[in-house]
Amino acid sequence: MSRHATHIAQPVTVSRVMLKVLAALLPGIAVSVYCFGPGVLVQLLLATLTALGAEAAVLRLRQRPVAPALADLSAVVTAWLLALSMPPLGAWWMIVVATLFAIVLGKQLYGGLGNNPFNPAMVGFAVMIVSFPAQMAAWGTPLAALDATAQLQWIFTHTLPAGSSVDAVSSATPLDVLKTGLLQGGQDVAQLLLQPRFGQWGNAGGEWVALAWALGGLWLWQQKLIPWRTPLAMLAGVLAVSLPLWLWQPAHYASPLFHLLNGATLLAAGFIVTDPISGSTTPLGRLIFGFMVGVLVVVIRVFGGFPDAVAFAVLIMNMAVPFIDQTTQPRVFGRKGGRHA
Amino acid sequence: MSQLYDFHGGIHPPQHKDAATGRPIQQLPLPPQLYIALAQSVGNPARPTVSVGQPVLKGQQLAEPDGRLSAAVHAPTSGTITAIGPHPFAHPSGLPVATITLAPDGLDSWQPRSPLAWQDASPAQLRSHLQDMGVVGLGGAVFPTHLKLGASPLATLVVNGAECEPFISCDDMLMRERAAGIVDGIRIAAHALQAGQVLIGIEDNKPQAIAAMQAACAGTPYRVVSIPTKYPSGGAKQLIRLLTGIEVPHGTRATDLGVQCLNVGTLYAMARAVLHGEPLLSRVVTVTGAVAYAANYEVAIGTPLAWLLQQAGMADAQTEVIMGGPMMGITLPDLHAGLPKAGNCLIAKSAALFPPRPPEQACIRCGDCASVCPAQLQPMDLFWFAKSRNFGKAQERHLFDCIECGACSYVCPSQIPLVDYYRFAKSEIWAAERDKKNASLARQRHEFRQFRIERDKSEKAARLAARAAEQAAKLASQAATPAAASTAPAASGMDDAKKAAIAAALARAAAQKEAKPLSEQHTSGLDDAKQAAIQAAMARAAARKAASDAAKAADAANPDSPPATTPAQTGMDDAKRAAIEAAMARAAARKAAADAAKAADAANPDSPPAAAPTQTGMDDAKRAAVEAAMARAAARKAASDAAKAADAANPDSPPATTPTQTGMDDAKRAAVEAAMARAAARKAAAQAQKDASE
Ligand code: SF4
Ligand code: SF4
Repeated sequence: MSRHATHIAQPVTVSRVMLKVLAALLPGIAVSVYCFGPGVLVQLLLATLTALGAEAAVLRLRQRPVAPALADLSAVVTAWLLALSMPPLGAWWMIVVATLFAIVLGKQLYGGLGNNPFNPAMVGFAVMIVSFPAQMAAWGTPLAALDATAQLQWIFTHTLPAGSSVDAVSSATPLDVLKTGLLQGGQDVAQLLLQPRFGQWGNAGGEWVALAWALGGLWLWQQKLIPWRTPLAMLAGVLAVSLPLWLWQPAHYASPLFHLLNGATLLAAGFIVTDPISGSTTPLGRLIFGFMVGVLVVVIRVFGGFPDAVAFAVLIMNMAVPFIDQTTQPRVFGRKGGRHA
Repeated sequence: MSQLYDFHGGIHPPQHKDAATGRPIQQLPLPPQLYIALAQSVGNPARPTVSVGQPVLKGQQLAEPDGRLSAAVHAPTSGTITAIGPHPFAHPSGLPVATITLAPDGLDSWQPRSPLAWQDASPAQLRSHLQDMGVVGLGGAVFPTHLKLGASPLATLVVNGAECEPFISCDDMLMRERAAGIVDGIRIAAHALQAGQVLIGIEDNKPQAIAAMQAACAGTPYRVVSIPTKYPSGGAKQLIRLLTGIEVPHGTRATDLGVQCLNVGTLYAMARAVLHGEPLLSRVVTVTGAVAYAANYEVAIGTPLAWLLQQAGMADAQTEVIMGGPMMGITLPDLHAGLPKAGNCLIAKSAALFPPRPPEQACIRCGDCASVCPAQLQPMDLFWFAKSRNFGKAQERHLFDCIECGACSYVCPSQIPLVDYYRFAKSEIWAAERDKKNASLARQRHEFRQFRIERDKSEKAARLAARAAEQAAKLASQAATPAAASTAPAASGMDDAKKAAIAAALARAAAQKEAKPLSEQHTSGLDDAKQAAIQAAMARAAARKAASDAAKAADAANPDSPPATTPAQTGMDDAKRAAIEAAMARAAARKAAADAAKAADAANPDSPPAAAPTQTGMDDAKRAAVEAAMARAAARKAASDAAKAADAANPDSPPATTPTQTGMDDAKRAAVEAAMARAAARKAAAQAQKDASE
């Protein structure tokens, strides 16, 4: 350290930041486990082990110190976010492959922590949804009476004990059901939403999980670990598209609330668009980045071909980050204007 | 209560101030030696005015200011100068600097003191008094104070009592104990600056200081403003922003925006200097951290830091010590240094207070640094650019607006020592700029040298040509055909004129080219007008020389005409040779004539401007212009005459092959024409000379 360095520093480290992010995910994980069963924990475990293993292997290949990189817990955060975005009862190899893509392709190939332009978890997710759309759409039925052994058996062997219905492990997501229903025609949104799969607010079980994500996000904000701008802007973006559509033709378009509580909207608001590395860093840039992710999420859901859209929306906006940052430079103290192209 | 304007960012590091504020300001006995460095302020080190072995009195000047950006240095006590030379200095480089060593005699006897009647003194008198008294900014920047009292009237004088860095409490204690003295200083500064208002900013973690200052300011228009405790509120720009809302951009002087900022310690020193005639001999310094008697000590400038720390009870002499605060201070390389005027705080490090920083990790772009940056920069981008040595980009993103406050380094979860990277980038940029400046200086020198060589060469060439012309003339004098003989030297004479004209043009162009870099180069020396005049004179001289060369060349043609009157004497061979020569001469003469016309034209427009600097008024200029026009016309005429003369030589050459047929008449006519051409050439030359001298 030079003689002129700042001699004191806040006792904050990347590991502690990441640890708090993991902690903030716990309420959502708890509700998930309650709704979808212990399969969720299996997914988390598989993802964590794969992530750490892949990170260690690549670092060794790159001849970089392994221990500090693993200790910063960033790989674990990526793994958890990915595991929580994937179907809770998806086959074991799916989460493993997804995590490998996330860590190796999404993170380490770009030079590791801090250098990845894309959110690694979303890279992994996007690869899977493009390659295995059917499997990725098969969600577990919430609150299905499927015990832990049965879930494990399903995840690892793709078989079920006698007497169990396949419906318990492969019902479509509400987003999917609504989309297919509307495409088939005959029923409007209100009628479709009467199905039990949609629960009280449009996502049986999932709605509670979503609210738990929001809780974790609020805590991160209270801990000053995430800015308010990106998440709020994202929610505003979701509203900005879904609200006018819904007001215009409520029979054809789901309500903003449906969009908020379905898919990974709130998980993304609290934990994904707030990923600092792949997001914008300027105050105005964060607003633009978040808002545009929100807009794209609804647009892709409503007009696109995939059941959920968070991953694509985030990746598209990740690409725009350098440009956004460049054009939204804040005014420097004492200087006029600020933004320079 | 006046309005407060928040500044962006800032941090709240642990204060650690209480350790040293429990006791009043402590006095210490004199140390056995004082090491008074000559570089006590921003700018030039002072120049010693004493010699080794010389006894000095307390307050006696040891070194005088060297230029404007410099302040005097004095003997903090009476004693003997025992050495003048390099000594360790309180600077991160650890390089020794010129230092005066003083052995106190223990008598502490003052030299006569001369206070300044400040109310009657002019601002200039006050400034020179402060410079002579060695008063410099005691907040840490040690900028010579006299230079801060330049602009008046001033809208707002901001008094800096914020003292925002952790651990430091010297200003706090000074305000608590010597508020009246500080207010005296404010009075003097406000008077000199004709300040419209005085705002005293003190962080609200110093309630006693605020109370004391408020009491001392009772009955004055000076307002004590309690500001929220937030680092770096004591940065001059941040404090000015807090109290007035004015943002002083990088590269702008605060006074240009109607505000000036002075530290309370500086104002106290100013009051001592003005009211009591006491130079800046001592200062209050916080000694804290891993010491037994943490307190504020009033200490003579030059007191050895090791000795001071020992007095304060620092157990281990090997302890690392920070001078300044933990945010912007430096780790002292050598405790043998004397206390400089900049030394506001010494912190003996302990592992408990300063745990080693965890290893640096990759930047995660969390933006925490940006949210605390008081300069509203994007520190992570600057870091990225500095690390990738993309200094241009860093500068574009206002690297130099960074005040190196360290707030970003403090909050960075990746534990990146960001300020180190900025310092590195800045020093690289400075080095590159220095190199560039040196290179362009070298280039200018090289170009001037080239010009000189070029000029010498062309002058030599002109001389050689003139001699060659003479020789050619002599040769031609033996030629049979007078016309040919007369045209040949004329042609070579014209050639010389051309050469001279070219040389003049070259010289002029070079002079013009030189004029710019030279004037850029000597910013402090000759002013531009003078240089222009000199260059004009040079150009004029060159032109004159060219003209005289032309004249000489023309004269050289003279001796040829007399032989032209005796053509009959030469035989056939000669005639043949002469004919050939005549043909050659004819061609040359034609070319020369055209060139001369061109040269004359070209020479004209330049001469008036060259003369301009020496002449004054419109009339002269007008006259010069008229004369130039006349000269131009004459030159044109001369040139056409020369051409005619050359043409006139034409009909003679064919007959030159049959010399017997032509006879005396032709020869006579040729001779006459040659004479005419000569005269015309002479006239042209004279005109050119006149022209050039305009
Ligand atoms: S605080 Fe450190 S890690 Fe965060 S953006 Fe700034 S430099 Fe990067
Ligand atoms: S050191 Fe420079 S970049 Fe860092 S917070 Fe201070 S002003 Fe901003």
